[in-house]
Amino acid sequence: MLRFDCLRAMYPELENCLVVTIMGATAAELQSLGHRPNFFYLQHAMGLASSTGLGLALSLPEQKIIVLDGDGSLLMNLGTLSTMARYRPANLVHVVFDNESLLSVGGFPTATGAGTDLEGIARASGVPKVLAVRTVEDFKTAVDDALRGHQLTTIIAKVEATGPSGYVTDLSLLENRFQFRRHIQSLKRR
Amino acid sequence: MPVSSASSKAIFDALKKCDVRLMSALPETWLVHLIRMADDDPEMTLVRLAKEEEGVGVSAGAHFAGVKSAMLMQNHGFLASINAIVSFAHLYKIPLLMLISYRGTFGERDPWQTQGGNVTESLLRAMGVPYSFLDRADAVEKRIRQAQTLAESSLQPVALLLMRDLMWEE
Repeated sequence: MLRFDCLRAMYPELENCLVVTIMGATAAELQSLGHRPNFFYLQHAMGLASSTGLGLALSLPEQKIIVLDGDGSLLMNLGTLSTMARYRPANLVHVVFDNESLLSVGGFPTATGAGTDLEGIARASGVPKVLAVRTVEDFKTAVDDALRGHQLTTIIAKVEATGPSGYVTDLSLLENRFQFRRHIQSLKRR
Repeated sequence: MPVSSASSKAIFDALKKCDVRLMSALPETWLVHLIRMADDDPEMTLVRLAKEEEGVGVSAGAHFAGVKSAMLMQNHGFLASINAIVSFAHLYKIPLLMLISYRGTFGERDPWQTQGGNVTESLLRAMGVPYSFLDRADAVEKRIRQAQTLAESSLQPVALLLMRDLMWEE
């Protein structure tokens, strides 16, 4: 399964969500499908995309929030699973693309390739709904169910360690950040 | 426990007056009353963290959502958050109101706190984080408001160091 195919399958559903991604391939691939003002790409601070999603979810309980995380980032901040599970915002969907690799820095294998089980860690952390998927069809179903459902969900998507040739885009970090906040404020005024 | 309830209440009331509605925290002795007050207040969202750097992400999310937040941590928690402050809050110009209990300074009896006390201010200066001290209850409200004002106008992290003279009664 390719992360890009997963992103393409979920892309239409992202229109009415606030989306926070990790850096590198995930950000570049989502952006290549078409940037939207409700997408925020956290291009550093590995591990904190999920914490950002938690802050958004607790502050905007009526708004669906999707975090697009990765195994390397999540392994840098495993405590986030226990913090998310503690408050379990029902409007937060946490997708983890697990390619068993720190792809963006040259493809170094992560611990998930050596037996570390993020699905088990998420479940044992107390996340109320946890799924692992290996096909695009199952991925799409899991995302649709999570968006329609009313409980914090972590979806571990096992994907191949491939990505685009480059990660820098013409969207500046600050432009993205200010556009994202302005978009949210415009939603609140509606 | 000789942590000052009156000073803790002055800090909490000042944060409420500044419209802070979300606080992230990782417990430490000087912060116990503040965390309890946040937990007891239905208007305040308290996020208990596993590690302090999560709080940078949580506060960034709150900022995007238009909610004012504050971070409660010990200075060792600040040390544990440095990458997040630099590579999220500074990189993306995120205002952070950090209330940091300043352990390991004059009067410190716990040997394990003393190294952190030596480096806290020099690291804040090296990172270019504006900071000031909270050492008197009668100055708390004004200084918290000033700190938040600067954080919001400059879109950057600012730190208030909670001092022993304010937080500890013995």
